Amino acid sequence: MANKRVDEATNTETVGHEWDGIEELNTPLPRWWLWTFYASIVFSIGYVIAYPALPGIHGATQGVLGWSSRGQLDKDLKAQQEERSKIVADLAITPIEKLPGKPALMNAAKAGGAAAFKVNCVQCHGAGAAGSDGYPNLNDDDWLWGGDLKAIQQTLIHGIRQPGDDQTRMSQMPAFGRDGLLTPAQIQDVTSYVLTLSGKEQKSAASQRGAAIFEANCAVCHGPDGKGDRQFGAPNLADAIWLYAGNREAVAAQINNPRHGVMPAWGNRLDPVTIKMLTAYVHSLGGGEDFAEPAGAAQTETQSEAEATAAE
Amino acid sequence: MTSIVERHKKLEKNVTLLAVGAFITVAIGGIVEIAPLFWIDNTIEKVDGMRPYTPLEQAGRDIYVREGCYVCHSQMIRPFRDETERYGHYSLAAESMYDHPFQWGSERTGPDLARVGKRYSDEWHVQHLTNPQSVVPESVMPKYGFLAETDLAVHDPAANLRALRDVGVPYTDKDIEMALADLKAQADPDADVGDLEQRYPKAQIRDFDGNPSRLTEMDALVAYLQMLGTLVDVNGPAAQEELASEAGR
Repeated sequence: MANKRVDEATNTETVGHEWDGIEELNTPLPRWWLWTFYASIVFSIGYVIAYPALPGIHGATQGVLGWSSRGQLDKDLKAQQEERSKIVADLAITPIEKLPGKPALMNAAKAGGAAAFKVNCVQCHGAGAAGSDGYPNLNDDDWLWGGDLKAIQQTLIHGIRQPGDDQTRMSQMPAFGRDGLLTPAQIQDVTSYVLTLSGKEQKSAASQRGAAIFEANCAVCHGPDGKGDRQFGAPNLADAIWLYAGNREAVAAQINNPRHGVMPAWGNRLDPVTIKMLTAYVHSLGGGEDFAEPAGAAQTETQSEAEATAAE
Repeated sequence: MTSIVERHKKLEKNVTLLAVGAFITVAIGGIVEIAPLFWIDNTIEKVDGMRPYTPLEQAGRDIYVREGCYVCHSQMIRPFRDETERYGHYSLAAESMYDHPFQWGSERTGPDLARVGKRYSDEWHVQHLTNPQSVVPESVMPKYGFLAETDLAVHDPAANLRALRDVGVPYTDKDIEMALADLKAQADPDADVGDLEQRYPKAQIRDFDGNPSRLTEMDALVAYLQMLGTLVDVNGPAAQEELASEAGR
């Protein structure tokens, strides 16, 4: 190049071009940049040797470290399993009704349950377990099927109206309107009566007529005073808590052609320990009931326990 | 003498040479990174259980694409602890083998859907699609209630299947011949489904949208969602053993 010269102001050589008096300096690359570039080339050689890299006929070279993303995941999961193993082993051998007697284990179970709840349950019951239209609120003490640890565990394992599970909680409210069991006028009457139970409406002639219809058609599941029956998952109609909204339209619609909520059976998707954790968490949300053995045997047991405590 | 570090100037001053050089460089990158995917074992691994979509699922998938669900939902669970704990077993390449185009997505405004199948009830899906905020108050998902009011109109399901067969999805002649009947039968609990279940193992046959008298777009979309990730028994012992023995990825 003919016109190369050293620029006086910068003391740098020009590349030798000149366009209308404009010249280009041949400034060398910054040293830090150049050395970083060389270093990354050297690094890449080490990387190719250490990690899976060069493709071949059947697969890539495996690298001397033997790393794989799936292997890494496996390691992470094993480490986590190791960390939890003691609690998990303890939970596995502890029947759910004995859990309240072990506060440390109970607390660990609640923490694990809170995590599992976020993954599996929030989609229906909500992030705060407050439920929504058709999905029960788990924070209150109004339980459809029972709120002690054993009942909650049963619901979790077998679900509610889960097709194909013979131990699932099952009940079916008749479609009084759709199937013609009651006339539309009768449905209006019984709706009035149901709404008086919780004080949403004042007693009226309609509700008086409805009372007789309730007695004949509804009391068998919802109880003579409308307080519900957990054996059938029949909701308490005499409180302010409603599964499908407590207004006239919603109540009449439910009597006419009822909706039936389905909860999946988690017993074949989650392991027993996770289910225990979820049970403990849901029980702890606010409405958990103490476990009571049904029938007389339990009575004497509790009694003798009480006596034993007194004797001590 | 021009030292070796000065040689690049020759390339920089000749635009044709520069173009050829750039092309060769990019081609090497492509050959090394992309081409092997067509033959190395772990991208074409065979897994048990994969089958083509039923005509109803395919119709639901078309609605999924039409409504742009892939913009917010991915269908690709990566092998990380946080993802597998939330979404389930990581996705296998073969699980997308009959997807044209694949729905891996690139953004998760909503959760991953690769294994959403059978996770919730049909009723939940219908309610959630109709009014997402009624079950997930913090959700930003739009409402898709119109799907339940729109009759499913697939112009020619057999043609869809034929087109997919042309790009490698192994539909049989019978599948194509029966496409329209299969489409209707899968969402109708009272219909004679024939050998639908033999031709499409694990197909779920029922009314999906809670309205047995109509075949709606909701039926198709829920049918599609309910089968996602359910075909391959990834947690089975055989699958686990095979995955554990793999290396180099």
